[in-house]
Amino acid sequence: MNLFETIRFALRAITANKLRSSLTVLGILIGVAAVILLVAVGNGSAQAVQKQIESLGTNTLTVTAGGGGGARGAASTTSTALNMTLIPALSDKDEAPHVRSASPVVTGSQSATYEGTDHTIAQFVGTYPGYVAASNFKLAKGSLFTDEDVTDSRKVMVIGKTVAEELFGTVDPLSKQVNVAGKLFTVIGVLADKGGTGFTDPNDVAMAPVSAVQESLTGYGSLNQILIEATAPGDVTEAQNEVTAILNAKLNITGSSTTAYRIQNASQLLETRANTAETFTLLLGAVAGISLLVGGIGITNIMMVTVTERTREIGIRKALGAPKRTILTQFLVEATVLSLIGGLLGVAAAVIGSRFTIVSIQPVIVPSSVFLALGFSVAIGLFFGSYPASRAAGLRPIEALRYE
Amino acid sequence: MHPVLDVQRVKKIYGQGETEVQALRGVSLTVERGDYVAIMGSSGSGKSTLMNILGCLDIPTTGKYLLDGVDVSRLNDRQLALVRNRRIGFVFQAFNLIARTSALANVELPLAYAGVKGAERRRRANLALSMVGLADRAGHEPNQLSGGQQQRVAVARALVTAPALVLADEPTGNLDTQSTNDVLAVFDRLSASGRTIVLITHEPDVAERAKRLIRLVDGHIVQDERLK
Repeated sequence: MNLFETIRFALRAITANKLRSSLTVLGILIGVAAVILLVAVGNGSAQAVQKQIESLGTNTLTVTAGGGGGARGAASTTSTALNMTLIPALSDKDEAPHVRSASPVVTGSQSATYEGTDHTIAQFVGTYPGYVAASNFKLAKGSLFTDEDVTDSRKVMVIGKTVAEELFGTVDPLSKQVNVAGKLFTVIGVLADKGGTGFTDPNDVAMAPVSAVQESLTGYGSLNQILIEATAPGDVTEAQNEVTAILNAKLNITGSSTTAYRIQNASQLLETRANTAETFTLLLGAVAGISLLVGGIGITNIMMVTVTERTREIGIRKALGAPKRTILTQFLVEATVLSLIGGLLGVAAAVIGSRFTIVSIQPVIVPSSVFLALGFSVAIGLFFGSYPASRAAGLRPIEALRYE
Repeated sequence: MHPVLDVQRVKKIYGQGETEVQALRGVSLTVERGDYVAIMGSSGSGKSTLMNILGCLDIPTTGKYLLDGVDVSRLNDRQLALVRNRRIGFVFQAFNLIARTSALANVELPLAYAGVKGAERRRRANLALSMVGLADRAGHEPNQLSGGQQQRVAVARALVTAPALVLADEPTGNLDTQSTNDVLAVFDRLSASGRTIVLITHEPDVAERAKRLIRLVDGHIVQDERLK
């Protein structure tokens, strides 16, 4: 009996037992699709986190008041640490050549009202125009406030997407006056949507000249932070050194103690990113491993059961004069066909499934997981499809025939 | 000329130690070409065990079994498959057709293993089916056929390769009288055409149609008489 004939026998056996065949295919399909989709979900969330970190900006330094010893109750000394007088020194191109801009930041949440609509803006930021670019925001429409607006303390502001939607709905917010904690601010620009699926909404923000915010809302006290933009991502370390030197000189700090202020830089963020990526890689590995194992056991199970169930049939075939090799080839072809169909359908199911958002994560398929899942499942299907068959074919026909 | 079957002091022992069961305790038997032998015995007498050894489905514990003068115990798996395929047609009590496969495909199966090509295979399978009177049921699957019809398909499958030896293990054990007569009529015709038949039964009227009757009790042959 030639190979072609054997293959026809195998295909006939597959189509003769539609329920059994489709259950086997389903088992493999689920195994493969589960692995690919789980990995894709993990990968998708890893990418989301990465994007979020990138959106913070990679060439910025954040100077915040107070060091690690904030619990000492030294609020009065640390709160005076950062103030507007530091800004000109930090912006000095001679002393700090690697600093593109230094923006003071006073921030807090403020309630805003427009024609009876209330919204509490999570971050109402008083700053310089340079802050917008440094914090990776872009203007969608209107214009940004200028240095002149800062000098003249004009009460103008640009608002984030969320604020625009909450306060104005479909109305064009440009040139409208919004009541912020009793003071009227004119909207002159709307920021573009800043991506990120974090716990806080980055678009729930409004920015106004620091002078106007201090004058009308917060008073001329201390700054919450100073945002430094380095000239390039590679210059962050130099910029940090320059900033540290200037601040130490201005604030009369000696030694390397970190009492009055703290600088967070992009390299720390990058480090965080690297750590996150590593954690996710580990998580992905574990998820892929477990789902491969579970899928593999499922495939093993259904293959063992369906083939062992056919021990009698193998006995009949042997009694009719089928050589062991012919029987093995038939079962191997059957297992190959079923595994391949199941595996490819599983890949298709995973590709379709990855088009949907799963638990608010957009899955991104990892190509290597497709090959891994497909290869592993087909290999398992082949082995556990042919191993019981070879065991049965090795029996004396009467033993196989007596099998119940 | 060799006898078709030559069984010499065959013993078959199942299990070991305390659970040891001697199914055959030294059976010697020769069957000449063209004979029609019925083997009778109560259940447990070892008749099925003997039949399985004759059909090369099982191997004796000790003793020698020559089929057409060839010592079967010296054959490897491949040669045994060839012997089962070419020399022996086996009919089982439980029919043992392949499920969800048409009668024609079931009958074609031994020919396929013998390497006969498609068209010739179908022709011979159809011929075998019409010999047992089931030409019109060729496309039916086993579960669409009555017990008698299934057994006749099994008989057709046993004869399709034109084996010298037809072995039947209680072929009428699961059949009603009408179906029994149908199947036995087929065996009568086979015998008349010169095939060697060995048949197991415990119905005396089935055994009466054979030319020779052998009785087995507890693994021994106690009676061997020629009827015709």
